[in-house]
Amino acid sequence: MKLTKFFIMGLFFGIVLTKAEVVSWFRIQEMFHFQSIHMFGIIGSAIAVGILTTTIIRVFKLKTIKGETIKLEGKPFNKVGNLVGGSIFGLGWAMTGACPGPLYALLGAGYYSFFFAILSAMFGVWVYALLKPKLPH
Amino acid sequence: MIEWLSQPWPWYVSGPLIGLMVPLLLFLGNKQFGISSSLRHLCAISLPHKPEYLRYNWREYSWNLALVLGVIVGALLAVILLKGNQTPDISLKTKEMLLNWNITDIKGLSPISVFGLDQIVHLKNLILIIGGGFLVGFGTRYAGGCTSGHAIMGLSLLNFGSLVAVIGFFIGGLLMSHIILPMILGL
Repeated sequence: MKLTKFFIMGLFFGIVLTKAEVVSWFRIQEMFHFQSIHMFGIIGSAIAVGILTTTIIRVFKLKTIKGETIKLEGKPFNKVGNLVGGSIFGLGWAMTGACPGPLYALLGAGYYSFFFAILSAMFGVWVYALLKPKLPH
Repeated sequence: MIEWLSQPWPWYVSGPLIGLMVPLLLFLGNKQFGISSSLRHLCAISLPHKPEYLRYNWREYSWNLALVLGVIVGALLAVILLKGNQTPDISLKTKEMLLNWNITDIKGLSPISVFGLDQIVHLKNLILIIGGGFLVGFGTRYAGGCTSGHAIMGLSLLNFGSLVAVIGFFIGGLLMSHIILPMILGL
């Protein structure tokens, strides 16, 4: 089935996020106080691998396993949305110690209160959906 | 093998593995890495009254929900099979800071005194869980992505908007972790 490979990639990502301690509230506070290289090393080396592999894809015009051209255009720039929305997300990230990936991972890891954090995040998306026409982007 | 994988994974192993999600998703499905849009799809599936932003065919994005389901099960497997709930070896400075915040249970991935299911009745914990979740959901959609979508995928593509978003992530995070969070924990 088509979705199975994405589920398996999710398994991989969930295991790495947990074993990397990226899902740890302790690690996130440590990061925001610049008290260890751990989180910066993870984010930095992940981006390095991302830049390297996307550059290889671009230079050698590599295709997907199905032979399609790989889409590499980035998201459009929203002056206000990127900065203000990003800052609002940052506030929540430091509160819960979790960005969206870890929200799900923590639920799987047995921290069940994160079920309510996910519900609340969905409520946040709904409020954004309501306000979107009025918000500057 | 299991023994070896059960030890804490250093950042220089975990980071590149996370980065590999970018080419894997591109090669196997022509998909750009991102997790936060799943929150939008979950809303599009479950909500009866839908504003325009939530009116689209979410089935086209079921791959993203399959990915998220995998993340949940993956974390479960990590905890059961690979001792994934070990206490991170955080720095001494962080430990001192947490003790100053009255976080005394530095055990497991996250403090049970804050995130334990039975601790949700305390106002400060409720603020952190419900308020924090809300800001994560609202913020990622307003910014158009999260740490996966903007920081990892976006910066891998050297996308300027993603750089601005990541700067935003840190503005909000620093403000919360340095100023507001200690106040909430002091409630």
